[in-house]
Amino acid sequence: MESPPRAPVLLGLGAALVATVLASATVGPVSIDLLTVSKAALNAVGVPAGLSVGVGTTRIFGASVPLPSVSLRYAYPFSFAVADSSETIVRQIRLPRIVLGAIVGFALAAAGTVMQGFFRNPLADPSIIGVSSGAAVGAVAAIVFAVGLPLQAMAFAGAILAAFAVYLVATRDGETPVATLLLAGVAIQTFLGAVISYMLVHAGESLERAVYWLMGHLQNSTWSEVEVTLPAAFLAFAVLHAYAHDLNVLLMGEEDAHALGIEVERTKRILLAVASVITAAAVAVAGVIGFVGLVVPHVLRLIVGPDHRILLPASALAGATFLVAADTLARSGPAEVPVGIVTAAVGAPFFLYLLRRKEVHTV
Amino acid sequence: MIRVDDVHVAFGDVEVLDGVDLTVEAGEFVGLVGPNGAGKTTLLRTVNGALTPDSGDVFVGEDRIHDLSSRAASRRVATVPQDTSVRFAFDVADVVAMGRTPHRSRFSSDPDRGARVDAALERTETTHLRDRRVDTLSGGERQRVFVARALAQDAPTLVLDEPTASLDVNHATQTLALVRELADESRAVLAAIHDLESAARFCDRLALVHDGRIVDQGEPADVLTTEALETAFDARGVVTTNPVTDSPAVTTLPSTTGGGRRVHVLGGGETGASVVGSCWAAGHQVSAGPFSHDDAARSVARTLDVPVETTPPFAAIDRATVEAVSEQIAAADVTVLADPVIDPAATVCRLADDAERLVVVESRPLAERNYGGERGRERYESLRRRATVVDADRIPAVLDEKPGPGRVLADD
Repeated sequence: MESPPRAPVLLGLGAALVATVLASATVGPVSIDLLTVSKAALNAVGVPAGLSVGVGTTRIFGASVPLPSVSLRYAYPFSFAVADSSETIVRQIRLPRIVLGAIVGFALAAAGTVMQGFFRNPLADPSIIGVSSGAAVGAVAAIVFAVGLPLQAMAFAGAILAAFAVYLVATRDGETPVATLLLAGVAIQTFLGAVISYMLVHAGESLERAVYWLMGHLQNSTWSEVEVTLPAAFLAFAVLHAYAHDLNVLLMGEEDAHALGIEVERTKRILLAVASVITAAAVAVAGVIGFVGLVVPHVLRLIVGPDHRILLPASALAGATFLVAADTLARSGPAEVPVGIVTAAVGAPFFLYLLRRKEVHTV
Repeated sequence: MIRVDDVHVAFGDVEVLDGVDLTVEAGEFVGLVGPNGAGKTTLLRTVNGALTPDSGDVFVGEDRIHDLSSRAASRRVATVPQDTSVRFAFDVADVVAMGRTPHRSRFSSDPDRGARVDAALERTETTHLRDRRVDTLSGGERQRVFVARALAQDAPTLVLDEPTASLDVNHATQTLALVRELADESRAVLAAIHDLESAARFCDRLALVHDGRIVDQGEPADVLTTEALETAFDARGVVTTNPVTDSPAVTTLPSTTGGGRRVHVLGGGETGASVVGSCWAAGHQVSAGPFSHDDAARSVARTLDVPVETTPPFAAIDRATVEAVSEQIAAADVTVLADPVIDPAATVCRLADDAERLVVVESRPLAERNYGGERGRERYESLRRRATVVDADRIPAVLDEKPGPGRVLADD
């Protein structure tokens, strides 16, 4: 089997993502037709038009922090005539949620692809080194104890701390064997699970909110979340993508990779750090959304093969599409359900189907 | 090109390499031979920089390999690993292109890539596999793909760990012949090779590794000796010369708990040769002769270091030889008469008369080998009556039996 050509596959997946985003924006309590949605969406497209530097309040994960700020000025090239009500619904309510969902799906699928390749283990997913559990501890603590810090910041910090702890535990003499890393990840996840359960027991009235967060959700997403998450996710993705060839060589085994000129430990550190950051950025805004990072890379590997130069961007785009579609389903029912439930409920049977039909037992 | 200088490597308390010195010059193909667990793979891993020795140095060219980045090291040394199993569905061309990794920069393409990959595929006769998935190949095909990958790496030094381990005879020979060519193009090649005969045939020098040391190195014929088999491999065996390749041929034998008798072999020819061999292989202390100079049995006996009495061709057996053989027969627990030729003086029969226990092996009818006339025939028949007569392949079993009265087990 020859690897499929890169450009058509990625263009196709990109088109599917755009189509899904637009279709998703038509769905809701108020039905809006596709043409109107498209116009409103184009109106929302901003291109950076310059920098403005000044002292102002920067919003970090929803908190107002006075900081010297460098902010981008955007220009909006499109201005189609759209009814105000429709424009507001699409632009201020639906699109932030949909775009954030796309970013989160993109980030989780990219991180999952990297983790599966990195660990050479089909069960690896973005949370394998404790990132999700760490984020959950931060978020639940923010909800339950009302510590005053913004939830997203707490979640992000928790995620990075947990990943770093796992890395430190698993590293000896500058070497981080993946098997040790995997086990350390499991141990720390278990421990953090206990911490979360303990906090939930004492959650009192905030229990419902905490549990809801844990299930993964995209409700009440804002453009400011998009503004922080988008550059973080794209930057991290760019780094991961630059290491796609190294990931391929790492699949041959670490000793072999070393003999082929890969600085194995350094590459592992970079991949681990960047994959943790991209996961943390996603989890911090959307909670623990399972299965996207596990299933999407597997499915795409079946379609485009194991070469990360195509697999990584293809997975990321497909992950974005998948999460947008799942979230559309989550919010289109009579009562909205957390999107984490939908991804798992749809993803698991589909994965089982693939498992029966084709070989998914290798990375 | 490669210089290994007093290298020590320990895993925990186990000293895996215990002061290894070795050099491989450009254009030279050096084979590492030795039993499993001797430290061959560990030595190769220190040479390609995967393992940093506890003490000692490895130089490749001018550089200490462990001071180099893995990128720099992999431009100097290309490795064909022992384990070539791949669980991932990469195309063969992709795998070979991975050999270009040290020449590639993250942000620009490698202009030589296509040409080098094509050349490597062609060289290893794997061009027809280029679009196949590497996880669907046979072990032998995969091995050649990995050699191609090492070629694409374009390094002046080549390290191979068991390059022929999963290959059939034909592909093993092809692969080693290719490696030989690569060395002749002034690469320095170091390979661990299990198959001693192939190693001897294709390598310029062999280094015999045993217990973390190089116990012997030099020309294959000097390194591969019966003693080397015994000390390094703990194996009983024979090293002869392969008449076709004129390189050492190694035959190893199962270790035995039987044997231990003193056996003298009379007679000769093909039958005598096989009896000498099987008695020796069964662990008996064998003496043999008198054989004439060009007798097959004599050359086997010489190879096995069995004491053998020799007579010049077409000459009567002289007195001194007869006495020497008589002594050996007297000292032997069993004397085997292997398809003997009866000369006019029936010397063989006279010698056999003194045997404590006599076993006769025949493959030709007596008439074809009796030059002693009626008298010779009678003497032989009378010997035969008190002897155990068996087929050649039964010899080890018969020798292990308790000595008893003569009986005929098999007749021709």
